[in-house]
Amino acid sequence: MIIDTVKQSKIEPDKDQPFAALGLKEEEYDSIREILGRRPTSSELAMYSVMWSEHCSYKSSKIYLRQFGEKVTPEMKKHLLVGMGENAGVVDIGEGLAVTFKVESHNHPSYIEPFQGAATGIGGIVRDILTMGARPIAVMDQLRFGAPEHPDTARVVHGVVDGISFYGNCLGLPNIGGETVFDKVYQGNPLVNALSIGALKHEDLKLAKADKAGDLVILFGARTGADGIGGVSVLASETFDADGPSRRPAVQVGDPFAEKVLIECCLELFAAGCVSGIQDLGGAGISCATSELASNGGKGMKVQLKKVLLRDESLTPEEILMSESQERMMAIVPKKHLRAFKKIVNRHEVEYSVLGKVIRKDRLLINWGKEEIVNVPPRTVAHDGPVYERPVRKPKWQKSLNEDSVQSRGLYRANENSTDLASQFVQIVSSPNQADKSYVTDQYDRYVGGNTALAYPDGAGMIRVSEVSGLGVALATDANGRYCQLDPYQGAQLALAEAYRNVATSGAKPLAVTNCLNFGSPENPEVMWQFKQATTGLADACLALEIPVTGGNVSFYNQTGDTAIYPTPVVGVLGVIDDVARRIPSGWQDEGNNIYLLGVTKDELDGSVWAEVVHDHLGGLPPTVNLSHEKALAELLHGASLQGLIASATDLSEAGLAQALTESVLRFNMGARVWITEICERDAVDKTAALFSESTGRVLVSVGREDDVKFVGLCDARSIPVLRIGVTDNTGELEIQDLATWKIDELRTPWKATLPELFG
Amino acid sequence: MKIGVVTFPGSLDDRDAARAIRLAGGEPVALWHADSSIKKVDAVVLPGGFSYGDYLRCGAIAAQAPIMKSIIKKAGQGLPVLGICNGFQILVESHLLPGGLIRNEKQHFVCRDQKLRVENIDSAWTSEFQVGDEITIPLKNGEGGYIATEETLKMLEGEGRVVFRYLEVNPNGSMNDIAGLRNERGNVVGLMPHPEHAVEPGFGPDSPVAMRSGIDGLKIFQSVLKSVITA
Repeated sequence: MIIDTVKQSKIEPDKDQPFAALGLKEEEYDSIREILGRRPTSSELAMYSVMWSEHCSYKSSKIYLRQFGEKVTPEMKKHLLVGMGENAGVVDIGEGLAVTFKVESHNHPSYIEPFQGAATGIGGIVRDILTMGARPIAVMDQLRFGAPEHPDTARVVHGVVDGISFYGNCLGLPNIGGETVFDKVYQGNPLVNALSIGALKHEDLKLAKADKAGDLVILFGARTGADGIGGVSVLASETFDADGPSRRPAVQVGDPFAEKVLIECCLELFAAGCVSGIQDLGGAGISCATSELASNGGKGMKVQLKKVLLRDESLTPEEILMSESQERMMAIVPKKHLRAFKKIVNRHEVEYSVLGKVIRKDRLLINWGKEEIVNVPPRTVAHDGPVYERPVRKPKWQKSLNEDSVQSRGLYRANENSTDLASQFVQIVSSPNQADKSYVTDQYDRYVGGNTALAYPDGAGMIRVSEVSGLGVALATDANGRYCQLDPYQGAQLALAEAYRNVATSGAKPLAVTNCLNFGSPENPEVMWQFKQATTGLADACLALEIPVTGGNVSFYNQTGDTAIYPTPVVGVLGVIDDVARRIPSGWQDEGNNIYLLGVTKDELDGSVWAEVVHDHLGGLPPTVNLSHEKALAELLHGASLQGLIASATDLSEAGLAQALTESVLRFNMGARVWITEICERDAVDKTAALFSESTGRVLVSVGREDDVKFVGLCDARSIPVLRIGVTDNTGELEIQDLATWKIDELRTPWKATLPELFG
Repeated sequence: MKIGVVTFPGSLDDRDAARAIRLAGGEPVALWHADSSIKKVDAVVLPGGFSYGDYLRCGAIAAQAPIMKSIIKKAGQGLPVLGICNGFQILVESHLLPGGLIRNEKQHFVCRDQKLRVENIDSAWTSEFQVGDEITIPLKNGEGGYIATEETLKMLEGEGRVVFRYLEVNPNGSMNDIAGLRNERGNVVGLMPHPEHAVEPGFGPDSPVAMRSGIDGLKIFQSVLKSVITA
């Protein structure tokens, strides 16, 4: 094999290099030449190409993501131990404990190879969490598939769900919830987002930095293979040896067993104080780990690439630098701890190799045997990539889409026809997006660890962190692509408001935010406008709710041909609860409780499930958001749960009151008698809106009779509109007066049957 | 009372099993697969998980671990051993229990709150139950379909060695709805469902009393504590 060296780059300064095929623009290539004062070697070019890719460099999104760091108050930062920019944010939850959490996309690999794509999505996010020094304690997944009846959808659903099940279950991490959404807009671009959360003591925090010259650079875990080469960019083969394997799969292949062993091994290394810095290997592999560790530590690194343990001896240096083989970590180990390090990795039968050491000089030097193949300032690779302010333009169709509302269309409302209205109710709650998701969630282990306090079908997931005090965290994620298509600014705020409300209904206090921003191509000015609007909306709303964004991920290019997906910013909210025993159930458990609707119902049906399922319509403007009301509502729920006044709480969002009633009944099989006439009268809405409007800031709570006066008093004191709309009873029925009476099974059977009929 | 919990590479529910032992009133002792000693414990739990990533066959590699030699020997002398899920698979691969466990009938991993009927209480791990008790224990497995030859099944049924049977739903296609077995002597029990996930109110399956508060699994651990005392 012919190796392109630094020396060679000077001998042959004008060699033609395939920068375009590697995904670099001409001006990017020129600036690499300028940085180095010569042409890059093929290895350097490989490194820059992956690290300057959209996925790794955030070059199109950076200028907007800054808002998350700027629109904050000192108060918001109070609980932040580590903010944006690290592998994951870290939040202080009290008692000397902290949690770290982040959501990340694995959309493109999951469409090409759903099983491995989704599996390694879990693997990757879990390593990010581990890298912070935390024990991973739970996962969640946010999935968006094409139309349920499309012939290709089942392939993707089966592959993705099996992949998550295979990897997550084998890691021993409880899956505590997520989202499963179907829409034809995701047909060619399914979204597979994975979230992980980890817990640590404050003093155990680890950072990805190599800041002491002389420390050793050790690669450990799985061997490096040919999988995932160019996973973050595009790879041309012409610079590589024609004798070697030519076509490399760009999707990584995961081995959850290796990762489980790696997790236990790393936690033991951390506990023994063996490592001074650590970085996981994910996108851009060794290129990323070496340059980021050195850059973060303000130091340099000298590495012998021939020391990398390989699965395939024919790999070229360029391929080794770019490989995204899974289940690998890079540790920075002080020399005096090498013996202890070896002892622990050997006990876990994990392979390792000392690649080199940290050097004082701010250069990343990589040798292939005696030949120097990389000699660059690490910061230029890791952090000083290009930044673009791409053109933005409000889409031409936006105005006409917003004008095409439920109202202007005059879509049929079955207000005067109880039979029609009742059948719409069942049709909506058993539609694929509203129906029971246990077909999916029953393929995941939600019990392992013994700390799961809430999981699907509860509205938020909740995990106990301290077995001593019961201290725990709640997590909910939400996104509504339809709302965002109508108005990305408001759509992002709606996602945040819903996740925030879900956390509040569990009894926890919202504390921090993560996001996974799934969009089309940034080179399309209309998509860039959506991105700008969504990030601005989200940052503004975080400031209003006083909860900071701690990290996240951007996924662009979710686009087939000219059609982009709906803008889909997935927003995750983390809350803290002093004792998980205090959590609020999401369904009715006791008979004779009063059912209250908190908040006001408006005629907000544009973009709703009702408009989609009954009328196949998307147009108009999404529901309005009142963030100060959301905040007051969350405070009320928190206060009431501290006093033990609330027997259950369910938030109203997609499919409005109809969905909340259904879920409340089905959770524990407790019936109820409900009336909606007073909603119609007080809020001046019709029955359709009362049942299906998706107005925000609403929660359905049940309260024991003995706590009635106290609870209503609390609401009044905080000026939260409250209306008694029913009472629970043990008749085995849900009765909505003047509309319908269903036996519980008449709701349960269609609600449960939908997904198994489609995919079972 | 010391009960060992073995950690193999890929074990997942080892900490949960230790917690269950503690809640039942015992003292859990961590055992490592590569050691040969079982540290004078009074009983052993082989916990759930994916030992060795389920490579080759579930439990097959773990059955060859150094510690299993001591466990197999001591089990022959009457040491109480419980295998949960992957632990059950290891017991079968070690020939401490007959039959085999194969991929679930529907080819999917399944996690559900499973109803079981207690069929036999003449074992170290079931003595605190009554025959016919109906209990709810979380089940979570991909390869939990119990199979055996007709002859073996007849023997197991004839000798009352089926200790737990699935009720209402057979989640994985197990023959005769078998969820758990004991050996002839009654000191070794294996089952697919996870009793260690139904020991603490708030973190178990839903119960008629309250959300996620079923603790039917606790009696399995209480049984062994009692049987060790009386033995």
